[in-house]
Amino acid sequence: MKELLELSALELGAAIRAGDVSIAEATQTALDAMAEREPSLNCFITAAGEQAMARAQALQAGVKEAKSPLYGVPMAIKDNICTKGVKTCCASKILGDFAPPYDAAVTERMAEAGAVSLGKLNMDEFAMGSTTETSFYGPTRNPWDTSRVPGGSSGGAAAAVAARACWFALGSDTGGSIRQPASFCGVTGIKPTYGSVSRYGLIAYASSLDQIGPLARTAADCAAVLDAIQGRDRRDATSLDVPAGSLLSRLTGDIRGMKIGLPSQCFGEGLEPQVADAVKATAAVLEARGARVETFSFPLMKYMVPTYYIIACAEASSNLSRYDGVKYGWRAPEYEDLTDLYCRTRTEGFGSEVKRRILLGTFVLSSGYYDAYYKKALQVKALIKEAFDRAFEQYDLLLTPVSPTTAPKLGESLSEALKMYLSDIYTVPANLAGLPALSMPCGFDGGVPIGAQLIGPALGEAAVLNAAHAFQLDTDYHRRSPYGKEVK
Amino acid sequence: MTWETVIGLETHVELSTATKIFCSCTTAFGGAPNTHCCPVCTGMPGALPVLNEKVLEFAVKAGLALGCEITKKSRFDRKNYFYPDLPKAYQISQLYLPIARNGRVDIGGGKTVGIHELHMEEDAGKLVHDPWTDQTCCDYNRCGVPLIEIVTEPDFRTAEEVIAYLEQLRSTLQYLGVSDCKMQEGSLRCDVNLSVRPAGSTELGTRTEMKNLNSFKAISRAIQYESRRQIELLEEGKRVVQETRRWDENKDATYAMRSKENAQDYRYFPDPDLPPVELSQEYLYRLLAAQPEMAPARMERYQRQFGLPAYDTEMITSQKALSDFFEAVVDLGAPAKQASNWIMGEVLRALSARGMEAADMPLSPATLARLIALVAEGRLNRNTAVTVFEAVFDSDGDVDAYVAEHGLEQIQDGSLVEAAVDKAFADNPKSVADYRAGKEKAFGFLVGQVMRQLKGKADPKAVNEAVRRKLTEQ
Repeated sequence: MKELLELSALELGAAIRAGDVSIAEATQTALDAMAEREPSLNCFITAAGEQAMARAQALQAGVKEAKSPLYGVPMAIKDNICTKGVKTCCASKILGDFAPPYDAAVTERMAEAGAVSLGKLNMDEFAMGSTTETSFYGPTRNPWDTSRVPGGSSGGAAAAVAARACWFALGSDTGGSIRQPASFCGVTGIKPTYGSVSRYGLIAYASSLDQIGPLARTAADCAAVLDAIQGRDRRDATSLDVPAGSLLSRLTGDIRGMKIGLPSQCFGEGLEPQVADAVKATAAVLEARGARVETFSFPLMKYMVPTYYIIACAEASSNLSRYDGVKYGWRAPEYEDLTDLYCRTRTEGFGSEVKRRILLGTFVLSSGYYDAYYKKALQVKALIKEAFDRAFEQYDLLLTPVSPTTAPKLGESLSEALKMYLSDIYTVPANLAGLPALSMPCGFDGGVPIGAQLIGPALGEAAVLNAAHAFQLDTDYHRRSPYGKEVK
Repeated sequence: MTWETVIGLETHVELSTATKIFCSCTTAFGGAPNTHCCPVCTGMPGALPVLNEKVLEFAVKAGLALGCEITKKSRFDRKNYFYPDLPKAYQISQLYLPIARNGRVDIGGGKTVGIHELHMEEDAGKLVHDPWTDQTCCDYNRCGVPLIEIVTEPDFRTAEEVIAYLEQLRSTLQYLGVSDCKMQEGSLRCDVNLSVRPAGSTELGTRTEMKNLNSFKAISRAIQYESRRQIELLEEGKRVVQETRRWDENKDATYAMRSKENAQDYRYFPDPDLPPVELSQEYLYRLLAAQPEMAPARMERYQRQFGLPAYDTEMITSQKALSDFFEAVVDLGAPAKQASNWIMGEVLRALSARGMEAADMPLSPATLARLIALVAEGRLNRNTAVTVFEAVFDSDGDVDAYVAEHGLEQIQDGSLVEAAVDKAFADNPKSVADYRAGKEKAFGFLVGQVMRQLKGKADPKAVNEAVRRKLTEQ
């Protein structure tokens, strides 16, 4: 049944609804793949095989009435998305075995669609990192080359989809945490428009930038997942009234006349030539399908990373203050008084990258520094939004690299935090402007994948997905497997 | 040297919405610990706040009634600090763009007090220390209960002005229906900022902030104490330290809590979970138009409609619940002046004896109306009615049943009164003789004797008449 593993989520869903495959069969196949590959990859923090099989059996009875194209399809969820009664710890020691008393909005919506959850996926601690090496539960490895990182922070999600241990996954993206690991692992991932997917139940890193989205094999799979999870949720005050459920039906592959801009500043210094070539080749494929591609100047690129880190760390310093050992999660075993309880719990409970960002964030919000850093960063953020608005007056989409490099080796990044931060340059702009942005496989270098990014205007998911779909109709990068099987 | 005291107030008022400010948990007072909570108000990971529209409405109503400018685009900010009663480790408040600013309150005597700002925020939980286990427990029932904080300009000079302002504020908020303002339950709490300066000076002295003031009496005494303390310091050539001081009710003194040097940096920043609150002009007009009849309007109406004296109307309208009670009693048929007398007399006395506010009154308007009717019908005399009132007040008991059970109904049978008068005259010939000799006091004594025989159940007027008749007969 290994062929099953090579199906896309939509193909598997169709086979399940046609009665060609039972949900239990699909689930067991994924669990077998997981059992085989997990020891070398470490994609999961909490695997829930038994519950998954029970749910698969229960769902089978309703297969004839199934409405969602994802009905019965096994998937997995990043560990910062709440799952009622199932451990959700953000890959941090400080949350211990915390099992939320409620489901995130997206968890509910996936359950309504009939998806089968296989468990909770590894990530950088509190989504802070670009390698999944900051996880308290050990790093995840890249299925294409286990000496390399899968990217981060949704590294477990990207690796699990690439390793065929599930057909799609829910990740979260604050500065590239869906797109960059998707790029490193050769899968397709999209960060939707800020506010289009409810954040209720997403454990916050940086509230104004966080957004949940899918990682899957194809752009069409991503469209189907967004159709299930997008839409207004009254429990999230920043949630938008998006007409949900129409993305998949709008994937025509017809991009004739579409205008695509390549920001020249995204193809300059620091970009590996192999990556630059692959992204330019992507532009050629899109051009061949009728799109018009041109290079243009996009200002402000040098302000992206500093602006992002000021805002993200500031919000994180406040969001993570609640982990104090008082109410839930882990508490330092010995302490003298209340202050000591706080200090020891947080000193011992958080990893060093999280502590670095809390310190940075606390500093930029401090009395006397607020205006110079945080307030200024908000002003720059507004300018960035305007710059994108102007760009989208001329272009339907923008095409850029996802990361300046392919996946680095384990241990290479953490020692040089600043270098790691700078490698977020292509992904953070979409978060700062709240725009939809997708990463798709567009080539290989030395056996590991390269990704290209498509950025659209606010609520422009349909155009982004359609361009990616068009690209995937003419290429097979997204169909390649780290295990050497190329199906169709 | 003569000194001038300069005072500003920060008043926290709990809004009487049914649910909390950012979730749908109840705001009911009390309840077993941690039973009025949910993931949102206990700050569970991933939970998000959503503004209760009713809180916004109440805050805007209060702002309008206090003559404030309403901020058309206001915003919430996070105030960050660690404490176990604050589960998110930040309080959602408004620093940069409060909902209302620049108001004025007329406190009588030609004095107005400026309102600097009014903002919305959430309450924190409560810590309960258990001396037996030496453990501190957290009760999050109050987390997320909606508050407005009203900050005045430093316009007060005396404790009396402060109290007049607070009474005015309480009345306004009660009439608006946005808060019950019960100090005992903490739904109205005050922080007092106080400094002193040489009379005539226009510069402000160094101020201290006093917290933990939970009654008008405490506020008044704390102001007097702190003002004297600062003057003494300055007269001794010492300086006042800017600090937060705690009022100790038992010791009648204030104590330093923390100085400015140790002041926390709250790292306020806009809460990214809550979009800015934008209000239309139509919304404000609608709330203005819906503003209810306030105390001054009611006073005026009671004088016009019921012919009550100004003194009565001021007393009755001093608390909205009292005024509502009055209207209900009158609606049930009681003559307005009778109702007013009962309320100003027995009702206020009973409330004060129990340390209650009118809003807590156990007695229903129907019970008082029935009592008044029984007196009017001559079935209860006024003094017995007071006894009945006291007996039924706490349980809102059945007046008729109580009267019947205790045999308190007024004696209607004239022959019984006549017989008692005869007996009193026979038993007290000396008093009769005294009266005849011009000693008026003996008359009262004879009436008293008759009432005693009849166990106080006779109509005093009827007894008076019968005694006088008999005295003139003989």
